[in-house]
Amino acid sequence: MDRRALSAAFPVTVPVLMGYLAIGIAFGLMLQEIGYNFIWAFFMSLTIYAGSGQYLGVTLLATAAGLGTVALMTLLINFRHLVYGLSMLEKFRGMGWRKLYMIFSLTDETYALLSSARAPVGVDPRNFYFAIALLDQSYWILGSVIGAVAGAVIPFSTEGVDFAMTALFVVIAVDQWKAYKKHLPALIGGVVTVVFLIILGSVFGQDQMLLISLGVIVLLLLILRDRLEEKEGSSC
Amino acid sequence: MLSAGAAAAAIVVMAAVTFLTRFLPFLLFDRGESPPRIVLYLGRVLPPAIIAMLIIYCLRGVSFASPAGWVPQLVCMAVVVALHLWKHNNLLSIFGGTVLYMVLVQTVF
Repeated sequence: MDRRALSAAFPVTVPVLMGYLAIGIAFGLMLQEIGYNFIWAFFMSLTIYAGSGQYLGVTLLATAAGLGTVALMTLLINFRHLVYGLSMLEKFRGMGWRKLYMIFSLTDETYALLSSARAPVGVDPRNFYFAIALLDQSYWILGSVIGAVAGAVIPFSTEGVDFAMTALFVVIAVDQWKAYKKHLPALIGGVVTVVFLIILGSVFGQDQMLLISLGVIVLLLLILRDRLEEKEGSSC
Repeated sequence: MLSAGAAAAAIVVMAAVTFLTRFLPFLLFDRGESPPRIVLYLGRVLPPAIIAMLIIYCLRGVSFASPAGWVPQLVCMAVVVALHLWKHNNLLSIFGGTVLYMVLVQTVF
């Protein structure tokens, strides 16, 4: 590892350090609360490495969801990664042996840093980007292990800490609401899920109904494509 | 609780699917072809729909039979939204709401 790249990358990653320690600790606490210790936290953060994905993973483990549901829910919550990848195609060209790790470690926060950060003069940009990605994941692993250990030793009850997941999604929703001009997709997602998962799910079982909700959401979005699609070339 | 093997299998699936979502754009479009319009469209409109779906999913345990079944969730979600609109600080919003929720479910309800 190039030390100059590492020391140039560190200051850039400090906001992520704070964020990942905090969110990682909450993840570790939640995981410990459902009976999985720091070793599980370590391996999940090492191999999955996705904030909201791992929060959802806690629920999937707690409810003993089937592997099909696990795969589909993980796919859904990480669907946005497709968009991140598309905008990093150029940047990751020529990364050589580092490229596979850069792709693996492309979280929301790392994506945000890579989109804006510029390597200082005299530092190889490829090593600089790699150092950012590597530091970010090390913070995430550290936070989740601290959380799991803390959950096992602190004397007070951590009941209710799972609300951190709801809170995280609400925060993302608020940010999206402000960033998007059209709110119909969010409303469709919410209303369809209430109808299918909550109302029909109480009759037919929630596990299948989540998949059906998703199918209906995608179908409605495809039907409404003409209305929702930004007018291409209308600026000409 | 799942057996250790079943939990490990679930984690392997999560890791593989997560990596796939990150790898797919590079696998399909790294040679310069532009992605089909329908993929770009879904990539734009699906994220907010899915986050809304997940919020409802998180709230699936809500019950209106007694105040304890819904007041803490709704109050704390409102607090998260208010904090986030006010300070725009992810950590403050998430931790403020979560700590309040823990206090409410452990001591008040």
